[in-house]
Order: sequence, then C-alpha cells, then structure tokens
Amino acid sequence: MDWQAFALSLRLATVTTAILLAIAVPLAALIVLGRGRWLAAVEALATLPMVLPPTVLGFFLLVLLGPRTAFGRGIASMLGHPLAFSFDGLVVGSVIYSLPFAVQPLVAGFSSVDSALVDAARLLGAGPVRLVSSILIPLARRSLLAAVVLSLLHTIGEFGVVLMLGGDIPGATRTLSIVLYDQVEDFDYAAAGHTALLLLGLSALALVAIYATSQKRGGARRA
Amino acid sequence: MLEFSIDSRRGSFHLQVECTFASDWTVIFGPSGAGKSTLLRLLAGLDHPLHGRIALNGHTLTETAGGLRVPPGHRQTSLVSQQPALFPHLTAAANVAYGLRSLNPAARSRRVDQMLDLVGATELATRRPQDLSGGQAQRVALARALAPAPRLLLLDEPFSALDGVASDELLVRLQNWLRESKVQTVVATHDATDALAISAEVLLLRDGRLTALGPAAQVLASERARLLSRLQASEN
Repeated sequence: MDWQAFALSLRLATVTTAILLAIAVPLAALIVLGRGRWLAAVEALATLPMVLPPTVLGFFLLVLLGPRTAFGRGIASMLGHPLAFSFDGLVVGSVIYSLPFAVQPLVAGFSSVDSALVDAARLLGAGPVRLVSSILIPLARRSLLAAVVLSLLHTIGEFGVVLMLGGDIPGATRTLSIVLYDQVEDFDYAAAGHTALLLLGLSALALVAIYATSQKRGGARRA
Repeated sequence: MLEFSIDSRRGSFHLQVECTFASDWTVIFGPSGAGKSTLLRLLAGLDHPLHGRIALNGHTLTETAGGLRVPPGHRQTSLVSQQPALFPHLTAAANVAYGLRSLNPAARSRRVDQMLDLVGATELATRRPQDLSGGQAQRVALARALAPAPRLLLLDEPFSALDGVASDELLVRLQNWLRESKVQTVVATHDATDALAISAEVLLLRDGRLTALGPAAQVLASERARLLSRLQASEN
C-alpha cells in the first residue's frame, strides 16, 4: 500500500473541501436568495464541470496555468513555481472539478427552507451573512453534510484532472487513483485490488455516515 | 402616520392603492384574493411595487422614482402572518430574541420575558415550535414581532388560530400596549367580526382597489347587518 499517496489524497481532499465550502455556501445562498436572470448563468457555470469530461477540464487548466499563457506565467512568478504539476495546481483543479458536487446539494437544501422563515429573519434585521449562518445552514444541515462528503469522495477518487494537471510525482501529485492506474499498468493486480478496496471502503463509509444521519432525523420526525 | 401610493402587478393581479393611515389602528378588510397580504408585504418591504412611494412618520421607505428601497429589517416595521413562521431549530425565547441582537444579553433577556408575558406565553419560553399549538405559536410570533420595538406593526389574519375568548383577551391587552408604545398597527382580515371587534378605521379592499375608507361602523355597516341577521336567524 502506498501510504504516501493515501496521505496526499486525504490532504488534497481536505484542503479542497475546505476551500469548496468557503466558495459553495455563499454561491448557493446567492443562487437561492438572489433575484435576477443572470443567476441562471451563474448556476449553469457552477454546474458545468459536472458535464465536462475530466480530461478536457484538466487539459484546459494545464494550458491556462502553464507557461503558455500570461495568466500562468503571472501565477508562476507570484508563487515562485508553476501551478501545473504541483500540489497547489491539483487543489485548483480539484476545486473547479468538484464545485458542482458542493454547490448542488447546498442549493437543494437552501431551496427547501420555507421562504416564510427567510422573510421572518429579514424582517427581524438579518442580513445575508446572518441569514445563511443562523437560518439556512442549521435548517439544511444534511445538505451541508452531503456537500462535504461528496466533495471529499469526489476529490479522493478523481483521476482525469489529476493526471492531466499533476502528472505522477510521488509526494506531490501522486494520489491513490494514480497509484491504482500505475499498479494496473504494471500488472500488479494484487496491489491494485488493495488500493481499489481502500477507495471503495472510504466511499462506502462516507455514504453510511450520510444515511445514518438521515435515519436519525427520520426517527426524530416519527417520534 | 403611514402614507402610500402603490402600483403593483403579480401575474394577472393588479394592486393599485393610494391612501394615508392616520389612526393608531387600521383594519384592511376584504375577501380572500382582494390583495390584503400583497399590500402588507409591500408595506413591509418584502416585495417591491412597480411604481409608488411608502412613507412612515415622514420617512420615505420606498420610492421607485428615486430607486429607494429601505430593506425589511431597517424599516422599523414588523409583520405577523397567519402562518407564524417560527424558526423550528430555536426555542420560543430564542425566536423572540432573534431581532434583539443590538441589545446586551441582560437587556435582551428582560425584553424577551416582557414580550412573552405581554402575549401570555411566559410558560412557553423553553419550548420548540413543533411542541406548540397553532394558537401558542401565533402568540410567540407576535412577541417576536413586537420585541424590536417597531413603529409599524402589520398583522395578517394574526388571530386565526386562537379561539374567540383567547383572541378577545389578547386583542384588548395588545391594543392597550400598542397605544402606550405608540406603535401604529394595520390589521388585514377577511373576517367581519374581527374587523368590527377592533374599533378602528377600516379600509375596504376589493380586487386590488380601495373601495371605502372610514370608521368601522360606517364602512362595515352592511357586513354588520348581515352578521346580525344571521345571528337572529340562528336564534329563531
């Protein structure tokens, strides 16, 4: 088992999920509470990575963040290294690729909160930040949990973007999915089986956590 | 004093009203679909008119010509709807305290106690909304709306879940407190008995238009006669 890749995958997933939450919560609140036709374009843009082939997204990011563009050169001179083929680059790619998996559950959860409660909070002086923190998030806890779990799992399991943007650098960009690919290429099916089982176990564990939470809520409602 | 001139459209419904409410209590009376709730939401700032102006005690709250829209929480206006809309994850006391963020904890706690006492809901302080009856929830919603000391209180069928005696008792207590606190109150109802129970100016609203404005005995004379004849018929 490549524990270095395991640790890197977990670090990538944790950092990506934290950044995603910071972006997705206000974005979902804007989509749900905002008014204006331009919000449909914002939602479409936030969902686009879901339908885009990962390798296509990885290619675009590789070109954008690489030395071929002024943007890529600017970032490289600012950070002292290019974003492509680095852990930071993987984080950028993962955030963009997993964005819909964080935004969509939150949009669904926030939309399900009764608009009368939102009106009541606004009448009592709640601004957007308080509205989100004191009403929408507590009443859409399960959606927040779903967003966290989906972001984590999606990042741990992603392959196309990681391979295109990060390559296969041990300790820097080699994640569990890349290790699995390498093991299959080397015909080391026993090791590949272990890696695949680990990825499968992580996914199953996270889904059990979501459903256990939902059962508790259901139980409370029935009581 | 509440002054407004409103022109609002929602789908095929067109609300066009121009009026000044000078008395402490005003009742907006009209059948379902007349535009009562729409008017209250516009006055509260939750919705915006197509054209018009709303001013409270000389301060302009909405003026479409100048693009002025004072946000709902900054209009010194509270609205209590038929649906209490209590925050389900907070206790009754925390619901009442929600709009009192500017107060220090001790002052907030005193105000919460005072408001719950006013509506006869002191014993409900630690209960969650799901453990309250419809009438109890309406009392807590009323306390929550009054807590931030609004200058204008808008009530949309607020006593619908209370039985007659409880409703009358609460109404008397509320009227006295609101008069002492100089809170102008506007009540929307489709129930003529509610409208007649409140000795107030009555605005008659039909299909989004103001059809009469004056003392309850005068504007609701026909409704009063209808209720009396029904009562006599039931006695016979």
